[in-house]
Amino acid sequence: MSEYIVKLAENGNIAVDDTILVKDAQSAAGSRILEGFKPLFSAEAVTRLENAGYVMAGKTQVGEFGLDLVGEFSYYSEKEENLKGAAASLVASGTVKAALGVDMNGATRRAAALSKVDFLKPTYGTVSRYGIISCAASGEQLGVYAKKAEGIKEIMDVIAGHDEKDGTSLKETSYNYNTDEAVSGKKVCVVKELLEKADAKTAARVKEYADKLRALGVVVEEVSLDFFDIANTTWQILMTAETCNNVSRYDGVKFGHRAAEYKNIDELYVNTRTEGFNFLTKAVILYGSDVLSKDRYADCYGKALKVRRVIADRFNALMEQYDAVLTPVCSKEAYTAYDIKDAFKTVFEESVFTSVANLIGTPALVSGGVQLLGKAFSENVLLSLAGSVERVGE
Amino acid sequence: MKYELVIGLETHVELSTESKIFCSCGGHSASKEPNDCVCPACSGMPGMLPVMNKRVVELAVTAGLMLNCDISRYTTFDKKNYYYPDLPCAYQITQLNHPICTNGLVTLKTSEGTRDIRIKQIHMEEDAGKLVHVGKASLVDFNRTSVPLIEIVTQPDFRSAEEVLVYLNKLKSMFRSGGISECEEGAMRCDVNISVRPEGSEEFGVRTEIKNMASFEAIERAIRYESQRHMDAIEFETEELVQETRRFDDVSGKTFAMRNKETEADYRYFPDANLMPIIIDDEWLEKIKAAKPVEIDEKAESYRAAGISEKEIDMLIHNHNVSKLLDDVVAAGCDAKNVAGWILTDCVGILRKNGKLLGDLEITAKDLTAIIKMVDSGEVNRMSGRKILTAVLEEGVEPVAYCKENGLDAKVDTSTIEAIMDRVFAENAQAIADYKNGKEKAKQALFGACMRELKNTADTAVIKEILENKLKTV
Repeated sequence: MSEYIVKLAENGNIAVDDTILVKDAQSAAGSRILEGFKPLFSAEAVTRLENAGYVMAGKTQVGEFGLDLVGEFSYYSEKEENLKGAAASLVASGTVKAALGVDMNGATRRAAALSKVDFLKPTYGTVSRYGIISCAASGEQLGVYAKKAEGIKEIMDVIAGHDEKDGTSLKETSYNYNTDEAVSGKKVCVVKELLEKADAKTAARVKEYADKLRALGVVVEEVSLDFFDIANTTWQILMTAETCNNVSRYDGVKFGHRAAEYKNIDELYVNTRTEGFNFLTKAVILYGSDVLSKDRYADCYGKALKVRRVIADRFNALMEQYDAVLTPVCSKEAYTAYDIKDAFKTVFEESVFTSVANLIGTPALVSGGVQLLGKAFSENVLLSLAGSVERVGE
Repeated sequence: MKYELVIGLETHVELSTESKIFCSCGGHSASKEPNDCVCPACSGMPGMLPVMNKRVVELAVTAGLMLNCDISRYTTFDKKNYYYPDLPCAYQITQLNHPICTNGLVTLKTSEGTRDIRIKQIHMEEDAGKLVHVGKASLVDFNRTSVPLIEIVTQPDFRSAEEVLVYLNKLKSMFRSGGISECEEGAMRCDVNISVRPEGSEEFGVRTEIKNMASFEAIERAIRYESQRHMDAIEFETEELVQETRRFDDVSGKTFAMRNKETEADYRYFPDANLMPIIIDDEWLEKIKAAKPVEIDEKAESYRAAGISEKEIDMLIHNHNVSKLLDDVVAAGCDAKNVAGWILTDCVGILRKNGKLLGDLEITAKDLTAIIKMVDSGEVNRMSGRKILTAVLEEGVEPVAYCKENGLDAKVDTSTIEAIMDRVFAENAQAIADYKNGKEKAKQALFGACMRELKNTADTAVIKEILENKLKTV
């Protein structure tokens, strides 16, 4: 199989997920609806890396708009070909040094966990979203895959910092990332309810990681918290609504796929979108338009916006006591092929581990098959915890 | 039965900014060919993000200040979803929950006195593109896409078409003089909400909305037609009125139903996460207030105080460029009433002779100031001043140089004048005799003869003085 949809350079050292624009290379977010779309500009992160001397190796497979588990539903790959994530696999095999991906509904983090590489979803606003094929603007972030925390730091130092082309980009021009802050004495909690959602092997992996942290002098405690399910439901409401809105521009009028058969503008829209989107995207569009409809807005979308603030308060309160939260990333160690008609529910349930970071814009780091969550701008704590564990293994 | 009209207006005004609302493309007026003012952002390509044009906020706030609104210190954008080929993202960025201005008031002078119209809100939004139909094909032009608009929503406070027109004309001259919008044809579009009720009734009748009219004439005709349709429906039960959206057909002069409430689109409004809330702090608001141009009413008052006539004030405040010219010349040290005379009598006279109107006036404040100052200081006389002005307007000459080149400066020494006067007296014995017999007109004839001899150059006041003195001696 090929991890690349478009191969760009033999000597490339960075893989770029198809949800991220690279100038003049087809950038289609794994979807037929954008077939043939070649952007006029590269994403800001790509431009910064190129300016720093990195070479883009190619556009990697992603599930349509990054909505699936790990990239199994790309229009451009054989069905369910890759259940570990294409970019993550290339990093794992050492084919590329690092990869860029869009963290929107957990697919990038799950791929990293299953491929045993690191992935950082940084704090919202630290990396420019200019040039990512946007779905859920309020919570998606461009993130980095690398073998080790040190590799993530190297890329983040290049791509993070203010970009005037993104109105949500924060003012800071750099963040001084590091992976070697002292970790002894740091406090980490493990969430009982999330461990219970994972199978025995996955739960054991988390416990093992906790032991490695303890060996470094980190205090690890188990806590009971009820808000991860609520955070997940809330994020699914916001995510589906925003995605529904953002993909509505793909209508066959301007670029990308256009149906061959239509008699009028309505048929052009309907036929193009019927052909262009896969079953999962269509399900997301249906849920998203439902939660925004006049009759449902107050109970769904409007309420989700309020709950988002409550969750942020609860999470920040937790972070007063702990430096990080240690959780599983997926419910199991490996995924098997499944029917796309079950995808919405499957992804929804798996996202319980990842959603909170998207919902409230906080950083999440996947390393050694587990996840570390922290408060906003705590990347260095997370990178140092993971980096310390990694250095012990060397 | 007698009926009362109840009308509310939603007026869209295209703002005069150099660039579009969320990207750096030139504004609508910059476009010459279809799709020559378009970038990946305003054509809806993926990956591009809206970045707020601050000037739009400032113009919207200025409009709000002019209409006596409360200015929101926290304002946000929302997305309005609908599919149409001229809307590249399939949503319009607008303001629903936190509009930039609320609770305004504008006072109108109508033939029946003054009327207060309450402004519900002003919000910022982006315009859509347009479709061009060629044969069976439809082409899309995105030049107008994302051009900034403000929408001014009134309460249902209008009671006649006349009031609506007075209001729209007032907005137009306000926004022009304030540099908010040129309000050219098509840059000001109205949705009219209209209902009719028996006079004295407190309850509102069934309301219809007539969408998207760009000319004041169409708005007036549409109101007249639609209100008559409502009255007929109530009085003669010609039809059952339903709440619906209608369109005005310019050719037939009638309105037609577009869609009714039951089938009305659900726009699924929600906050735009790509645009952070805008905070208008004290410092920024004060800056906008300080930059706000003097309003029409204040300006009229200041002209009145300077002794300018009502008729002249009317001409001035409805012509932004002209009132600015006057203000600039006054600022350069000339008397307002005098300048108004130069502009509205001399300039207008010269323009008329050339088949032009006041709106066609093209003269810099510097040139007009130079001419007026030459006359005021006695350097040239009034008649020569007008001659110079004519040359400036018709040939675009530089006034001071023109004056010198044509020997129009009034610096003729008194002995020359006296010598010429002697000759005129000698040649006009009859006129002197007439003057002695009490014919005042004879003095005028002598004066005229002197001026002819002097080729109209000398200072008239000096000539008059010498003439008076000389007449005493005869």
